[in-house]
Amino acid sequence: MNLTLHVWRQAGQDDNGGFQTYEAKDVSPDMSFLEMLDVVNEGLEASGQEPIAFDHDCREGICGMCSLQINGVPHGPDRGTTTCQLHMRSFKDGDTVVIEPWRAGPFPVLRDLVVDRTALDRIIESGGYISVRTGAAQDANATPVNKADADEAFEYAACIGCGACVAACKNASASLFTAAKVSHLARLPQGQVERYERVVSMVAQMDQEGFGSCTNQYECEAACPKEISVRAIAQMNRDFLVASLRGR
Amino acid sequence: MSSDMSNSDRVQKLHAGGPTGPIEKRWDQHRFDMKLVNPANKRKFDVIIVGSGLAGASAAATMAELGYNVKVFCYQDSPRRAHSIAAQGGINAAKNYQNDGDSIHRLFYDTVKGGDFRARESNVYRLAQISVNIIDQAVAQGVPFAREYGGLLDNRSFGGAQVSRTFYARGQTGQQLLLGAYQALEKAIHSGKVKMFPRTEMLDLVVVDGVARGIVTRNLVTGKVEAHAGHAVVLATGGYSNVFYLSTNAMGCNATAAWRAYKRGAFFANPCYTQIHPTCIPVKGEYQSKLTLMSESLRNDGRVWVSSKQGDTRKAKDIPDAERDYYLERKYPSFGNLVPRDVASRNAKYVCDEGRGVGGGEAVYLDFRDAIKRDGRDVIAAKYGNLFHMYHKITAEDPYEMPMKIFPAPHYTMGGLWVDYNLMSNLPGLHVIGEANFSDHGSNRLGASALMQGLADGYFVLPYTIGHFLATHKPETMGADHPAFVAAKQEVEGRIDGIVANNGSETVDSFHRKLGRIMWNHCGMSRNAEGLRSAIDEIKDLRGRFWQNVSVTGQKGSLNQVLERAGRVADFLELGELMCKDALTREESCGGHFREEHQTPEGEALRDDEKFCHAAAWGYEGEDAEPTRHVEELDFEYVKLTQRSYK
Ligand SMILES: Cc1cc2nc3c(=O)[nH]c(=O)nc-3n(C[C@H](O)[C@H](O)[C@H](O)COP(=O)(O)OP(=O)(O)OC[C@H]3O[C@@H](n4cnc5c(N)ncnc54)[C@H](O)[C@@H]3O)c2cc1C
Ligand code: FES
Repeated sequence: MNLTLHVWRQAGQDDNGGFQTYEAKDVSPDMSFLEMLDVVNEGLEASGQEPIAFDHDCREGICGMCSLQINGVPHGPDRGTTTCQLHMRSFKDGDTVVIEPWRAGPFPVLRDLVVDRTALDRIIESGGYISVRTGAAQDANATPVNKADADEAFEYAACIGCGACVAACKNASASLFTAAKVSHLARLPQGQVERYERVVSMVAQMDQEGFGSCTNQYECEAACPKEISVRAIAQMNRDFLVASLRGR
Repeated sequence: MSSDMSNSDRVQKLHAGGPTGPIEKRWDQHRFDMKLVNPANKRKFDVIIVGSGLAGASAAATMAELGYNVKVFCYQDSPRRAHSIAAQGGINAAKNYQNDGDSIHRLFYDTVKGGDFRARESNVYRLAQISVNIIDQAVAQGVPFAREYGGLLDNRSFGGAQVSRTFYARGQTGQQLLLGAYQALEKAIHSGKVKMFPRTEMLDLVVVDGVARGIVTRNLVTGKVEAHAGHAVVLATGGYSNVFYLSTNAMGCNATAAWRAYKRGAFFANPCYTQIHPTCIPVKGEYQSKLTLMSESLRNDGRVWVSSKQGDTRKAKDIPDAERDYYLERKYPSFGNLVPRDVASRNAKYVCDEGRGVGGGEAVYLDFRDAIKRDGRDVIAAKYGNLFHMYHKITAEDPYEMPMKIFPAPHYTMGGLWVDYNLMSNLPGLHVIGEANFSDHGSNRLGASALMQGLADGYFVLPYTIGHFLATHKPETMGADHPAFVAAKQEVEGRIDGIVANNGSETVDSFHRKLGRIMWNHCGMSRNAEGLRSAIDEIKDLRGRFWQNVSVTGQKGSLNQVLERAGRVADFLELGELMCKDALTREESCGGHFREEHQTPEGEALRDDEKFCHAAAWGYEGEDAEPTRHVEELDFEYVKLTQRSYK
């Protein structure tokens, strides 16, 4: 199949940027979306033009490095799928595809489709962990964990930190990202000691980074390639409330 | 080889320098014997860690807790995205929670045997001992491992073992373990003890008076080249499977850090020991950018088979049971589908070479029909749901309905920089951990043992042994303005200029693909002298063409992904040749290194313990000179050298 691509090109952080049009020819339905871009890029390179910069690494849907707003939707049309796992069989011959970087204030564009997501790391840095010195742990089976709790903790822990939730939200809120970590750790006995300090610090950091607030539109859940539930946000809000009542 | 002859005066006998005495006491004794750095002095030492995967992140977090000042570098935009994140199946530990006869000794034995007797006994024993602490540490960090209904940890089986000792978090074990280590790292960043440099690539090692003292890096956003000095350098930069172009590794995985260290004098050990993983999704087309692994854990429930007829084009469901050859179960009745990876891969190749692959091509079936019938779809989904989903996404075929098609693909590299028992290379001050070193897996790694090794190195070994280096060696503080750093920086800048100046007509990837094809054909699942010799010539030619005709667009002073890839491919073009040399010199078969000239009548790897019971560590001698092959003899005191059998 043949496609027309409108791709956001921006030379650097201070450049204004704009759309450019490319033709993607002889695209096989078995290609991944990024492989389709690879082919376009190789064509550009061979003719001495600069290829389109985009982030990617594992190409297995797990590292969270790939991004891309495809026809206005983070990670494109398939639910529960990262851009790298999106295949061209989801498109048809003659389609026009608009490809943009994540659009959110706290994610400045570095070049073309590449954005800076280090704000998410700083949210984790502010408290998204359990403090346990190496070597200080008790036997792993000393504290049994109810299977349902462990499974639910896993569901939240599956977040890949890609930032699609932020890109999907009209307020650029990082609530789903932050809440996923809060809820993962809150579900486990090991996470109880720091539970309330954690939620307060992480929410404060989220605000400080300039992420907007959650107005319950749930666009984030729809865009999340790991289909993390907005129940996490409710959990975070409850814990935050308890923390405030306790004066933490 | 003649190269050995000419360099014979330079050949060194390498020694691991580990303790002797009863094997189960060695690590304990060694920890007591090593010198300590007192807490007040730790804060005077700066440690540079390149890599934020399981090995790098765990080492950084632990050393920061101990009081060292740590700088961490990675090429991704966040340390959480290191390639360890993609590990699927699980992590081994000798907990014996299943009460099925596991023990530290058994894990040690399985690993030495699985590695086809080409690993160092002391290291492997230590690894088995530490394995239990890793699980404790991870659970305390909140890693949500799979649990049984009683709330205790669940296990599954992996290849090369007859016990269930693999801990897992669905098909995302690496992700969960890495996030645990990453969170500990972020905490250390918060405390100010770690400074993190994401999107920063190491391009050279700085050696001063024979001691590793720092690195030169390029900021991948601004293009700025910088030098960083420290009292010790740690490489935790992962493996080099991407030399094959198509592999299960992430696109950015590279050999640059290790290769630059090699060119500065660190020895590269057993480069030809590569692991071709038996269960990957087969290649679809020329545009293919990477191969996707289907975790070994699937072999717990999936059965591997092909048609007993050649060129059978019937659909899987139309091939009756009587005409299916479950060749692993047939040839290896006691291990069945759970033979080690090298054995499984080789056998897949054999049946496909016979023309019995799926449709006569290069794929075999991995079939869940019987497991689904036995346990129900839900049970299978709970264990492997995300893998089935991934398979379905990529192939548009539903593995609940029809068997998966799989084929071997490059996956892991047992070779790497040579290290002693303290995980220090032959260059004092340079430590190497995780997949980047060569230490524990011999010539074939067992499934679920890389995560174990990376975390053992990072949490529990290096933080002690690096202290010993610092306490005994007492390196002086040195700034990055030292002439050696200035010179190294200039060299790196010159090299970058040289790469950017290329405006030929062939793309970087086209060179990488060609190199990959040479390596796969001649230095892949099976090798022979003639093929290896021709590969060496072909690689030399390709390298010459690369420097004449590669097209590198864009500038050096900005985010330039072509430049990044060109630098990595240039290094692969050199490493590939060394791999072939190593494979050619090792006139035996062992584990993943299969020389067609050396096999048993049944087609199994035939070792030559008389001549090759050693690790080969290559030393760089200059651009046009032959490298020197140094050796470390391997002694087997506890596991008797035997022909491996999984029958
Ligand atoms: C698909 C897949 C599945 C796997 N499943 C399992 C499993 O189930 N069980 C198991 O035990 N093992 C598994 N493995 C193997 C295991 O994941 C790896 O061997 C292990 O994670 C390597 O960890 P590491 O810390 O050594 O390196 P990595 O995790 O690869 O980290 C390398 C780090 O180095 C950095 N880096 C590299 N080069 C440079 C440079 N030049 N400059 C700056 N930074 C650099 C990277 O940014 C990264 O942070 C799997 C591997 C793959 C590919
Ligand atoms: S590239 Fe890793 S999730 Fe897409």
